[in-house]
Amino acid sequence: MDWGALHTILGGVNKHSTSIGKIWLTVLFIFRIMILVVAAERVWGDEQDDFVCNTLQPGCKNVCYDHFFPISHIRLWALQLIFVSTPALLVAMHVAYRRHEKKRQFRKGDQKCEYKDIEEIRRQRFRIEGSLWWTYTSSIFFRLVFEAVFMYAFYFMYDGFRMPRLMKCNAWPCPNTVDCFVSRPTEKTVFTIFMIAVSSICILLNVAELCYLLAKFFLRKSKKAGNNKHHSNHENKEETKQNEMNELISDSCQNTVIGFTS
Amino acid sequence: MSWGFLRDLLSGVNKYSTGIGRIWIAVVFLFRLLVYVAAAEDIWKDEHDEFECNIKQPGCENVCFDHFFPVSHIRLWALQLIMVSTPSLLVVFHVAYQENREKRHNQKLYKSAGERDGGLLCTYLVSLILKTGFEIVFLVLFYKLYNGFEVPRLVKCDIRPCPNTVDCYISKPTEKMIFLYFLVATSCLCIVLNLSELSYLIFKYFIKCYLNRYIKKHQ
Repeated sequence: MDWGALHTILGGVNKHSTSIGKIWLTVLFIFRIMILVVAAERVWGDEQDDFVCNTLQPGCKNVCYDHFFPISHIRLWALQLIFVSTPALLVAMHVAYRRHEKKRQFRKGDQKCEYKDIEEIRRQRFRIEGSLWWTYTSSIFFRLVFEAVFMYAFYFMYDGFRMPRLMKCNAWPCPNTVDCFVSRPTEKTVFTIFMIAVSSICILLNVAELCYLLAKFFLRKSKKAGNNKHHSNHENKEETKQNEMNELISDSCQNTVIGFTS
Repeated sequence: MSWGFLRDLLSGVNKYSTGIGRIWIAVVFLFRLLVYVAAAEDIWKDEHDEFECNIKQPGCENVCFDHFFPVSHIRLWALQLIMVSTPSLLVVFHVAYQENREKRHNQKLYKSAGERDGGLLCTYLVSLILKTGFEIVFLVLFYKLYNGFEVPRLVKCDIRPCPNTVDCYISKPTEKMIFLYFLVATSCLCIVLNLSELSYLIFKYFIKCYLNRYIKKHQ
């Protein structure tokens, strides 16, 4: 169980994402998770061993390290990546639920749903419409919230994104104010700034995706309103409602989806 | 043999779970297993090396560490994950037994994988009760062993061969505490999910029984 398993889980969601969503997923895996595993973990690997204080007093180093690093950067990033990846599961669950319903309809022999076999239901890609739109949009919203919260937590805990070389510590049992030296401060600063930059890019991608989805929603609504206005000259109200219901039913049973090209 | 085995096991149970059961599996994978492997293991990696006592007496540090950490947090966490995932094996065994019976008698006993009636429902309910039980047992064990979920910076130790009361310092206490609270929170979430799944299944079963009785009465 490692980041590879997360990749397997999220890979399934990729099929039902927008193009921006696919870019976000790529950025997440290549520029954040891979960098974390391959590079950042080594940089922070010896953080406590090489944290040195100018005192022989036993316990002073432990206490000072704990005071300045309540939670290590690397752990915060791991938590951030896990929390940010989780909302995509909402979409995966919704899609799985829809597939389950379609399979049930297929087994009942429902005439409305035209599928040749269960494999086709499994392979089908759903359009981001109706309730799936709401699930997808909420997942993007939660992603944004988690990203922002973690970035703020970083900034708040470490007073900015720079790693200083020297920290002065006078927590008990240090006998007086003691100089403590952090290992590889420049390298850590570089990686911190890199991770923050990529986080910001992910935030921008999420905001763009949100705007795109909202624009599509309003466009679709105005198109429907336009169509309805045109039809109301020739039909009465009940027929309009029946048409809408028929549209909804046929929308939910479409065979192929070429909604969003990659 | 590693956590991948547990992951494969739980994925196999996914097919026979309710919606809440699937959420439980997702929570266990992402918020417990992944956090354990990707973050928590490294925090406790050098806990013994970094445990420092203000004394040069050989053996004092070892004895004090052993006194304050009879079983390390991280090992208890791993045991909890294993014990909590294991009851799902009951469901897997039951299904395998059913399939074996079907093959021998050459007939299908259940219409689809999603159906849970009679014996399979019983097994599923038993596995839920066991899961919840294990979660609670481990939480209580954590609480009793470590006097709460706090990790102090300093502990005082006066066990032989330490010559007198000695100050011992635990490494990364704040980080360990944060992850312990995270463990407790996810455990409680899993308990809530298990209990709601249990009540949902029992409620559904009684409604079904009642409806069947009502239909029979009117026939």
